[in-house]
Amino acid sequence: MYLAKITIGLKEGMLDPEATAIRHALGNLGYETDELRTKKLFLVRFDATDAREAEEKARGMCERLLANPVIHHFEIEVHR
Amino acid sequence: MRFAVIRFGGSNCDRDAQYVLSDICGVDCDLIWYKDGLTRPYDAVILPGGFSYGDYLRAGAIAARTPVMKEVIAHAEKGGLVLGICNGAQILAESGLVPGVFTINAYPKFICRSVQLRVETPDSPFTSLYKKGDVIRIPIAHKEGRYVAPEDILSELNKREQIAFRFCDDAGNVTPESNPNGAMEHITGVLNRGRNVLAMMPHPERASEEILNSDDGRKVFLSMITHIERAKGVTG
Repeated sequence: MYLAKITIGLKEGMLDPEATAIRHALGNLGYETDELRTKKLFLVRFDATDAREAEEKARGMCERLLANPVIHHFEIEVHR
Repeated sequence: MRFAVIRFGGSNCDRDAQYVLSDICGVDCDLIWYKDGLTRPYDAVILPGGFSYGDYLRAGAIAARTPVMKEVIAHAEKGGLVLGICNGAQILAESGLVPGVFTINAYPKFICRSVQLRVETPDSPFTSLYKKGDVIRIPIAHKEGRYVAPEDILSELNKREQIAFRFCDDAGNVTPESNPNGAMEHITGVLNRGRNVLAMMPHPERASEEILNSDDGRKVFLSMITHIERAKGVTG
């Protein structure tokens, strides 16, 4: 059994309106920030014969559903 | 001639679309539950507005991967018409039937109001009854409607005249103030390369009767009907 930690983020230069709004709200609470970016983390547990296959499966999940290649990039970490 | 409107869990403009097609435009239109699939041939398929799957993950992302979308893609590949409105447009972009993506508005709130659109091309089955440059008034109602596509895709869309509608002001000028959601190049209606698929964020079915303050959207449906009639060899 493997656990894939999949992090989906916006590509460099993509507008992140939610991050802008959150950063603004932090400012209202008195926290001055220089940058805030949002990412989505998926923890997926599944069977695979080895780490390589686990990573390939996780990559497939990203390419076919979890990420939209127009705006997203993704990072994958697999653990036993 | 027969239209299909596909309903997903969370669709909420399905009956509006059917009403406009059957009661206003006078064509047969079936409401189809997405699990039932396309059980007979259709001349046109409409993916209506709403919040399929609660907009989980990304608006339209999950509906785009349902089995019925394989049938919709097959229908489009055979040249059948497909119109995606609002959530339907998001589904079409997520399924790859049109390029790009409709993502969260530049100012991330839900916008529900009437806007002006400029018709960029009458050369499509969805816009043939308009004239190039017509300014029409149709409402939008979305939080994830900002059109984004890579530069090379944008230039191709321009070159091939695949942009159907742009946000504009009353006079038809494309100005920053007239772009409610921050869409790239003000784009809010995109055709596929074959011109038989249109994804648009504004709701033409909400602007198809004068009593609703605008019937400017009706020509989208009437253009489709005209196209289908011509293709069937029916005149007049």
